[in-house]
Amino acid sequence: MKAAGVVIATAVAVALQTTLAQFVVRGAVAVDFVVVAVIYISLTSGPAIGLLSGTFAGLVQDTLASGEVLGIGGLAMSIVGFLSGVVGTQFIVVQPLPRFVVFFGATVLYKTIYIGLYELLGLGDFGVPVAAVAGQALGNAIVGVIAFQVVELLPGAMERRRATRGRLRR
Amino acid sequence: MAILDIRQRTGYLFIAVMLGHVILISAQVNTRRGVPMLQVVTFGLFAEVQRATSAMVSSVRGGWTNYVSLRDVNAENEGLKRQLAEAQVQLQEQRALAERSRGLLATLGLRDRSNLKTLAAEVIGAGATTDFKTVTIDKGTNDGVRADLAVMAPAGVVGRVVVSSARAAKVQLLVDRNAGAGVLIERSRSQGVAIGAGDGLLRMEYVSEVADVVVGDTVVTSGIDGIYPKGYVVGTVEAVEKSGNSYKQILVRPAVDFSSVEEVLVVLTHAPGRDAEETSQ
Repeated sequence: MKAAGVVIATAVAVALQTTLAQFVVRGAVAVDFVVVAVIYISLTSGPAIGLLSGTFAGLVQDTLASGEVLGIGGLAMSIVGFLSGVVGTQFIVVQPLPRFVVFFGATVLYKTIYIGLYELLGLGDFGVPVAAVAGQALGNAIVGVIAFQVVELLPGAMERRRATRGRLRR
Repeated sequence: MAILDIRQRTGYLFIAVMLGHVILISAQVNTRRGVPMLQVVTFGLFAEVQRATSAMVSSVRGGWTNYVSLRDVNAENEGLKRQLAEAQVQLQEQRALAERSRGLLATLGLRDRSNLKTLAAEVIGAGATTDFKTVTIDKGTNDGVRADLAVMAPAGVVGRVVVSSARAAKVQLLVDRNAGAGVLIERSRSQGVAIGAGDGLLRMEYVSEVADVVVGDTVVTSGIDGIYPKGYVVGTVEAVEKSGNSYKQILVRPAVDFSSVEEVLVVLTHAPGRDAEETSQ
């Protein structure tokens, strides 16, 4: 059941990413929904699920990229999923600020491993895209924190609304 | 139970996954022969997801448009847009042909190479990562689309097909870091290679320092790469600098606005160089 949820969440993130990125191919895309989804899953489900979801999402991204090397994104995303899961189980990450830091740090780590491996293997020249990486890390962190807030606050808000309506009827 | 065991042995799982990835990457980096089957299969599967998403978005958008505006007018408009796109590509073709006829090659009785067979395709998705510039189109091997075919838009060159599944294909845009095309300055005929700079621009490399290149020059395909047909517009020169070595540093702004490409034409006939190569094999 959990595995199906991970697969669906990843597929939705990939579909969202490819649909939105279609409109901003030339400029730098500030949010990577797939990375956000993997970090979210890892923080809520632990390192094992984080690792597997990272592997799955990374491999899917690799097949849809033109880098021609299958596995580099998978490797980077697996490490990020695993470490985010470890952080989620070892530390209390329930406030927006710690979550922001985890999303930001995990994105920077992902981009560093990803770009580093391509540079190391001589398969691409990315230069030193500090601004682009920082921009994407910031975008991912904001989206990630908002996602957590929405998921956590939405059921409570609906419950309160229902209770208020019930009292008014009486 | 098995999942519980895996969770308790996360460290082993991590090592296994890492090893798997390293083996996977090593195999590809060492061989580099063709496209991996796994990539084609997975791409084919997710292209269907992209197709479904795109169809859903298009149907909602189309439904709304048809509801608001007149249905027939909208359909006619779409048809006219397609015709205009094809006419613009034909115009470029004619322009390229006229340019060729001015050269010495025409006097040598070069055979007519202008009859390019093209196929209209719709962009149904973009690349899943921000580091590589690709789009997915809704035509695949069933329609004759295969790897290394050139993809054009009315404004100019879009890129080339890198992976093709039965009903979809992945197109590497010209602005991708790994993309390249043989090009020349239309005015002075100085040759070079256009390479994606990664920031939406192109770098024209291997142009001699003494070559006649000025800002505003039109850059067209040279046809020597065996993928892109000769004479199609790539972009305009935006900056020319002297790098200190024997080559000029030239920045080219692409003619195509890649952020708004919705329909493209796949050139089904390879460039003459590639055809000759395939015949000899």
